[in-house]
Amino acid sequence: MSLAVSGLTVRLGGRDVLREVSFSLAPGAFCGLIGGNGSGKTTLLRTILGFQRQAAGRVERPQTAGYVPQKLQIAADMPVRARDLVELGFSSPRFFFPLPSAKRRQRVDEILAATGALGFANQRVGELSGGQFARVLIAHALAGDPRLLLLDEPLANLDLRAAAEIVALLRKLAARGVTILVSAHDMNPLLGAMDHVVYLANGRAASGPVAEVVRTEVLSALYGYHIDVIRVHGRVIVVAGERGVQAHGPEHVVAIP
Amino acid sequence: MFASYLLSGWIVASLVAFAAGFTGFFVVLRRESFAAHALPMAAFPGAAAAALCGVAQWPGLLVAALLGVALLFWLKRGQRRDAATALALVALLGLGALFLSLSGRYANAVYGLLFGQIFASSPADIPPALALAVLVPMALLMFFRPLLLGALSPDFTAGGAKGDVLFLIILALTASFALPVTGALLVFSLMTGPPGAACTLAASPRTGLMLSVVLAVALIWSALALSAATGWPAGFFTGVLAALLFLAARMWRRARQAPQLPGPA
Ligand SMILES: Nc1ncnc2c1ncn2[C@@H]1O[C@H](COP(=O)(O)OP(=O)(O)O)[C@@H](O)[C@H]1O
Ligand SMILES: [Mg+2]
Repeated sequence: MSLAVSGLTVRLGGRDVLREVSFSLAPGAFCGLIGGNGSGKTTLLRTILGFQRQAAGRVERPQTAGYVPQKLQIAADMPVRARDLVELGFSSPRFFFPLPSAKRRQRVDEILAATGALGFANQRVGELSGGQFARVLIAHALAGDPRLLLLDEPLANLDLRAAAEIVALLRKLAARGVTILVSAHDMNPLLGAMDHVVYLANGRAASGPVAEVVRTEVLSALYGYHIDVIRVHGRVIVVAGERGVQAHGPEHVVAIP
Repeated sequence: MFASYLLSGWIVASLVAFAAGFTGFFVVLRRESFAAHALPMAAFPGAAAAALCGVAQWPGLLVAALLGVALLFWLKRGQRRDAATALALVALLGLGALFLSLSGRYANAVYGLLFGQIFASSPADIPPALALAVLVPMALLMFFRPLLLGALSPDFTAGGAKGDVLFLIILALTASFALPVTGALLVFSLMTGPPGAACTLAASPRTGLMLSVVLAVALIWSALALSAATGWPAGFFTGVLAALLFLAARMWRRARQAPQLPGPA
């Protein structure tokens, strides 16, 4: 097992944001963490990282985990190039920023090349496009050589093409044995890539292979009211409510009169 | 270049500027210029209290600056940082006014503390300045990675106030030693002008930090030389040159970045 979460309960502001969440991922798994706004995706990722304390339950994870925070913005006036941000991701030495060396530089170049970010290595991170910045953040997270990579809505601000490129990159990493847990409020860009899904609603989670979890019965039980899962042209649409006009679900709903 | 009685002033100022260049780099990156202004001001009642008790200035300054950090944290509780800083500042300034009026050395002491008396430094001021110039860079280099990541975005780290407190303590330390040299009003010109220019010009954090230190030392040397030559206060030159330095750096970067217009045929 690369990641095992069992009976995890997290309380924030007197409310159980996550209740007895359990799932586990094998090494090299590509798992989507799907849920609407406020469903607890960020909270779950931060708890796995140890940034947030749980009220109950256990997390077993590899010592090194990479993390791409959500909605990160870095001002263009920060004197930090893409390659500097990657170097800041090295986990050793923990303190001091060592003098530049050919060996470190080469390692940074390797990571930048593997993430397709070598072309803008010397640009300030604040001046990069959304897709370029996402690559650099992934490179930063990979610098510690993690066995587990947690990404919080990395596709949220990307156009379809950039999103597809990032998904392809994550797939490549998973094929190399890095376990990927990536959160998203829309599962469609991840559909072809993910082999596992953790679906959050009402503070609880359903997990398993996509075909087993993203089903009318499973999601209805999770939400506590009737949910329709509709598949059209290779896309999944989750429709909430019997009349199918209310959008409680995380997916965009088009109501057809 | 200077008469011997000016030598200790020159040494102390160089050491202080060296430390301020380090601290200032993080002040600018973390956007803490207001705290860099407020903490030296908050240290001011410490000097007033020291004058009242007839003891050396710098322990008084240090205690008051650390009190400023504590007050700032107690008032802020995770929100309204700028208002908390301002209130910590005025509370301590009020105390300073009281102490000064009690000590009966009002006019002279206020002038020295606000605008600095660099040429009044004695050889006895060198050891504490030297300690500052060693300790501050060491602490900042030691925590370079977490401080820089925290400045880029708090989301990179577990959050919490640890890095924040550490940095403000280093800032308070720098402020209290720099205060007698440049004065409370002008310490922060050293901690914002040169590092601001450095962050504008440098590509990477390493060159930014080095440039910040070099510019800070160059700034104080120029200010001292001009002051010695004209008889005008060193504080005047420090403040004005800091602003000019930053302005020049901005213009330089803008010129470099401007789109290449086709020249006349
Ligand atoms: N510090 C906090 N105190 C109280 N409630 C919080 C805190 N942080 C998040 N929450 C609540 O926890 C829920 C889950 O938040 P979050 O994990 O950010 O959701 P998501 O990332 O899926 O949008 C939300 O309802 C949010 O309001
Ligand atoms: Mg979130």
